[in-house]
Formats: sequence, C-alpha cells, structure tokens
Amino acid sequence: MEDIHRQAFRDEAADLLHELEAALLELEDAPGDGELVNRVFRAMHTLKGSGAMFGFDDIAQFTHEVETVFDKVRAGELDIGKNLLDLTFQAKDHVKSLLDHDGEDLSPFMDQASAILSGFRTIVSGEGTLVSTEAGSGSQPVEPVLTDQPVSVEEGEVHRVRMRPRPGIYSTGNNPEYLLEDLKGLGQALVFAHVEDIPPLRELDPHSCHLWWDVLLTSQATESAIRDVFLFVEDECDFSVKTVETSGDVELRKLGEILVEHGDISQEAVERTLGGQKRLGAMLTEAGLLPAKSVEAALAEQNLVKEKLERKKGAEGGSSLRVSAEKLDVLQDLVGELVIVQSQIGQVAATLGNSPLLTLAEQLERLSDDIRDSTLSIRMQPIGSTFSVYRRLVRDLSAETGKEIDLVTSGEETELDKTVLDRLGDALIHLLRNSIDHGVEPPREREATGKPRRGAIRLSAEHSGGDVVITVADDGRGIDPEKVRRKGIERGLITEDAALDPREIMDLIFQPGFSTAGTVTNVSGRGVGMDVVKRVVNSLRGGIEMGSTPGQGSAATIRLPLTLAIIDGLQVQVGGQGYVLPLDRVEECMELRRQDLGSNGKGRILNLRGDVVPFISLREWFRSPGKSPDIEQVVVLQVEGMRVGMVVDEVIGEHQTVIKSLGPVFRKLEGFSGATVQGDGAMSLILDVKRIVRMSLGEAG
Amino acid sequence: MKTVMTVDDSASVRQMVAFTLKNAGYAVIEAVDGKDALAKLKGQVDMILTDLNMPNMDGITLIKSVRSQAAYKFIPIVMLTTESQAGKKQEGKDAGATGWIVKPFKPEQLLAVVQKVLR
Repeated sequence: MEDIHRQAFRDEAADLLHELEAALLELEDAPGDGELVNRVFRAMHTLKGSGAMFGFDDIAQFTHEVETVFDKVRAGELDIGKNLLDLTFQAKDHVKSLLDHDGEDLSPFMDQASAILSGFRTIVSGEGTLVSTEAGSGSQPVEPVLTDQPVSVEEGEVHRVRMRPRPGIYSTGNNPEYLLEDLKGLGQALVFAHVEDIPPLRELDPHSCHLWWDVLLTSQATESAIRDVFLFVEDECDFSVKTVETSGDVELRKLGEILVEHGDISQEAVERTLGGQKRLGAMLTEAGLLPAKSVEAALAEQNLVKEKLERKKGAEGGSSLRVSAEKLDVLQDLVGELVIVQSQIGQVAATLGNSPLLTLAEQLERLSDDIRDSTLSIRMQPIGSTFSVYRRLVRDLSAETGKEIDLVTSGEETELDKTVLDRLGDALIHLLRNSIDHGVEPPREREATGKPRRGAIRLSAEHSGGDVVITVADDGRGIDPEKVRRKGIERGLITEDAALDPREIMDLIFQPGFSTAGTVTNVSGRGVGMDVVKRVVNSLRGGIEMGSTPGQGSAATIRLPLTLAIIDGLQVQVGGQGYVLPLDRVEECMELRRQDLGSNGKGRILNLRGDVVPFISLREWFRSPGKSPDIEQVVVLQVEGMRVGMVVDEVIGEHQTVIKSLGPVFRKLEGFSGATVQGDGAMSLILDVKRIVRMSLGEAG
Repeated sequence: MKTVMTVDDSASVRQMVAFTLKNAGYAVIEAVDGKDALAKLKGQVDMILTDLNMPNMDGITLIKSVRSQAAYKFIPIVMLTTESQAGKKQEGKDAGATGWIVKPFKPEQLLAVVQKVLR
C-alpha cells in the first residue's frame, strides 16, 4: 500500500492516542461519565478499523480486544476501576510502541500484549457476570487485509543525474520533459532546473532548449536502467549518471567536495574562496563563480546523504509537518489582507505613473499571487485523493461480508479544505461501512428481489451554490422506518407514543447508542458510527440527512459550507454595486438588445439566436435605485441543465475570487454564497445563481 | 485520441503495428511508402512510425520531408531498423528521427517505445 496512507494513519493514530490518554485521565476523576467512556471506546474503534485497513494488523487485533472490554463498560456490565484504567493506560502505551516500531520485528512486544490482555480478561471474568469467551472472540483474525508489500521510495541508492540537452533536441521529436518524467518514474527525484543559460528574450529561439537539469534520484534502479532513459537522446543530450555513496561509514562530505566532483568548479577556486566568514554556497554564488542552482543541487545532495545517515542511526528522518489549523487560518486571513493592500498599491502606482514604483508594484503583485496560491494550495485538496482508500475499503469489506459491491465515484475534482477532508474521512468510512453491512443485500437476496447481483454504492461530491454536497448512496434494502422506531423505543430514545414524521425517525439513527444491526460484526454495528458522523459533520458547520426508500436503497447526504475556497468569478456591476457570478456557470455575455426581447414587450424571455431563454433582471431583483443604463448586458448562465440570462448594468471581467463566508447575522439571507473583497477594497457579494433562479421561478410560478 | 501513422511496404508489419496500437487506444493511419505517407500527412498526426527501405520514397527522405513541414517539425518519428542497419540508424537520426525500434520486435516493445516518445 502506498506509503502516504500509512503515514496518514500514523499521524491520525498519534492524535487518537493523545485523545485516548486525555479521556482516560479525565475518567480517573469521573469514573461514571458515560461520554468519557464513549470517547475511549471510539478512539479504540477507529484505531481498530483504520489500523486493519492500512495493514497494521497487530494494532487492529489488540485494540479489538480492548474495545470489547469497553463495550461492556459502556453497556453497564463492567465498572471502571483503578485496575482497568491502569491496564488501559498500558494498552495505550503498547499501541504507541507498535506504531513507533512499525516495520520492525514486533515479537519483543508480544509478551507485553498478552500480559495486558490477560489482565483485561481477569477483570472481565472477575466481575462474575461474564465469561471470557466473549473477550476471546477477539482473537479471531480482524478484517483480512491484503497488505501489499509496502514499497518505500526511500529505499535504494542515491544517483546524481545531470542532463544537458543540446539546443536542437526538439527538432528530433524528443522532449526533455519526458526524460524527467521517466526519471521520476524510477524513484524519488529531486529536480533542479538550470535557467542561467537562457539567452535574453530578443536572442531567444523558442524552438531550442536552453534549460538543463540536475536530478537527485533515490531509486532501486540500476545505473544502466537510468541510462536507458536517455537511449534515444544519446546524441542530443549530454548526460551523466553517478551513484552517490550513502553507506553508513562514509564521512559526510563537504559542499565544496561535492561541487568539485560534479565538475562545477575547480578545487583551487573553492580553496581561494574559503577564506571568508559566510557560508560557502552563498560566497560562491556571490562571487559569480557558479549559478545558485548548482549550489542548491549540491546542498540537496548533501542533505539527502545526511538524512540517510541519520535514518540509519535510527533518528527520525524527514517527515511531514503538522501545523494546527488555527495557524493556517491566521495565515489565510493575513494573505487576504496582503492581496487587498497589494492591489491598492497597484492602483495607486498606476495613478501616479511613477515607473520605478510601477515595477515594484508588479513584482509585489507576482509575489503576493504566489503567496496566495501556495497558501491556498496548502489547504485545498481534491476529494478524489481520498477516494482510492474507500475503493479499497469497499473491496475488502464486501469480500468479508460475502457481498458483491461496486463503488462508483464522481466529483473527484471537488476541492475541499484539507482539515475538512481529514476530519470527514472517518465519517465517510462509517457511512460506507454502514451501506456495506446494513444496506446492500447478499447477492442471492438481491437476485430474489429482481435486482442485479452486484450492488452499487455511489460516492459523489459536488458544489452546490455555496455548499459542497457529499452523498453516499446505496441500492440496497433501504431503512425500515418501523424497525428504526421500535429500536428507538427499545433504546429509550423515544417514548412508545411519540408521534414522529419520517424525517424525525431517520434522525434517530444519529443518536448515540443506536444500532439496528442484530449482531455485532467487525464491519460495523456497535452503534458508534452514526452519532460520530453527525458530530464530525456538525463540528464542520455542516449538516447530514438520511434518506431512504425501503427496498430501493438509502442515501446519506452531507452538506458542508464552503468555508474556504477559491472560484473563478465574473465580476459584474448592478446599480453601482459589484457582484460576482461563478464563472464555471457562465456561457456567454452579450448586449441586451430590444429586438431580442420576447414579443410581450415587457418580456422576461430573451431570443438567443432562435432559442428561448428566460432572464432575470438583477436590477429588479435587488430593487436597485437609479435608472438602468441605455445598454444593458446579459450574462447567459447554465443552471441545472437550462440556460438563464441575468441582466446586469455592466460586465467588468474575470476575477479570481476568495470566498469569505458571510457572518452569522446574514446566514439566513438567501441567494448569496459569500462575499469577496475587490482590489480597491470594496466588497462584492457572490451570487448563489442556483438559488436565485429557483426563487425567481418559484415567484413566477 | 492520439493518431499514429505507420509507414511500411510490408503489409504484415503494417497490420501488426496497426492492430497493436489500435488495441492500446491510438488511431492509426497506414501508408505503404514514403510517397503515400506524405500524401496522407495532413490534419492531426501525432507520431510517425516508418520503415527505412521502401520503394518510391525511402524512410530517410520521408523523415527529412516531414521535418521540413512546420506542423510536423516536432512530432516524434520512430524508424524501424534491422540489426544490420547500424549506419542507417545514424543517418536516420541525422535526418531528424526521434528513436528507433529494431526488427523483429514484439507488440509490447512497440508500445513501450510509442509511450516513451508520445505523451
């Protein structure tokens, strides 16, 4: 399995263990607190589920047993005592050591594990109410996960590849870009592009290649396999492949030595320069002896070797950095402010016409654009990046339950804030598990009811106005409202005579401790699922709804507000106020001509090259004061499969728009998905086109 | 979809090339020699696979003529050579060929080369 997924699980597990410890500490002071017991239970449950999925089978098996104990605590069959807490603390430490020693021989820890587990069993049987057979069921293998041999990209040797295409390489139909791609395909590559040979623009021949590259390739491929990449370009490209020594006993080499070995600089030049106080790389660059890229490449090589040596020493190697979401929020806000100030400076500079100032303003614009893009890209991720995990989950779980299920996904490109995506992951896993376990029927049952043998679960994501809507729908047996109702009464969630409408009944599913499954399976069904899902979604300021047609399937719909997103917007003006229309809905802009209006003169219908297109005048919609200009513009938009025109005073142009959500006071205001700040500091409202069209049609009808 | 032109006077080679590439999702145009190829060279052609020894117009001349047309100046051209044609290979490269495949070749080798130069 991909290493990133395992790393993600490790990060997640560290958080869960942290949470577990906090809950346990609180539980020591308040042993009767049910919510704390739930927290412990959920942490164990998630560790078990995700652990099994990413091949941490030892953790999954171990936590399954601890979870079983806490299930009894939760059910009131077992009391929290000092013994139990001590053991759970030990269990937590054990999971941590399993995590820390992932990939190594875990047998030294197994004695510890069985000691802890037998301790738990003593407690459980000591209570007298239960025999250890229940707890023993945990020794069954947990979720058979087919672990692909983890291929670590950090394995293998470090090769230094320098490729210097001749200018005429393109005229043989070869493309250096492909060579770089091929190299990247061999392993982990650090690529340094040398731009110093690009001639001034007026001498630049765009048909020639002026770039060259240093590539540090960590790969298991042999040197000749790397050379094979250059098979067709031996005459068109100078290249060299050298293996860098990284075995444990080499001394860490100095930057100067590396550069000399690369042939970038002579030994004498290095020694001559080695008199000053500054760092060698900086001095060499300043002295104009060699370009900054060469130094950068050599430094990276030094770092790579350093890292490898450190990893061999057992020290922690380079890992991802986890930053709290609040810090990113602050950064995000600051960048927003920066962009606004920058465009103000741009306008002032344009007015003053001072050319040095203009140049600086342009540089500032480029910089702030880059800062904005990279800040956003830190946070935004297409949801599709997580879909592959779910595909695996569905495959494994359907095999385990003996069902045949396809996962159909759509809307992979929908981008979501990384934090949202991370926190949503568990919720989606729970929903999928529920669909697999309770929703889709076994093949024979499906055939008997005239359905195709294979069930389908649809996982889709889409933007809808200001929201991102994520749906998990299956074509299974659906949810029986009567069963839900009975269960609710049984669990004491509602009274016998409570009058509930269908929607309220469905909402019962999201109550803590609710589960309709008769038996407890590994897949789902201890009732941890849905209340957690609801809590996660609510904490993201979203909502969840369950819909079901008995016999035909059920669908869980999660709606999340687009707290942070960037859209391409079309800036328009109506009555002196700026508005932004989402550009992806815009088909065309044109002048509104009287003869294009429908026959009834007053006309809410436009004749667009013979097609009838209804339109909405935003001026009327907002009841803007003042007279409409002589020539109005129509923006033709695609809304829910039909074309609708929106009449505005003026179309200003395209504009990348950072959506800022409106404050709570305005939450109930319909027709807007947010606001954005224009270059001159003025506000523009982002229109929720879909909503406006619907409202307007509703008004008309 | 990418379009590949295969130029060879041997019908069996053309057939094998066309069959392999079509199965891999490429569109294929067939030409029997260099002259035929030049006549059929219009519109979208993303890559050319050409034999060297052909009647009417040989592969080297074809490569040179293709490279002289602005629209196809940078497209990959791969020549089919035999082991005994080492000198020809260099001649082809000088004329502007992107790469080569040594005959006889297997379908997977052909695909590997096409995927290497055409993306």
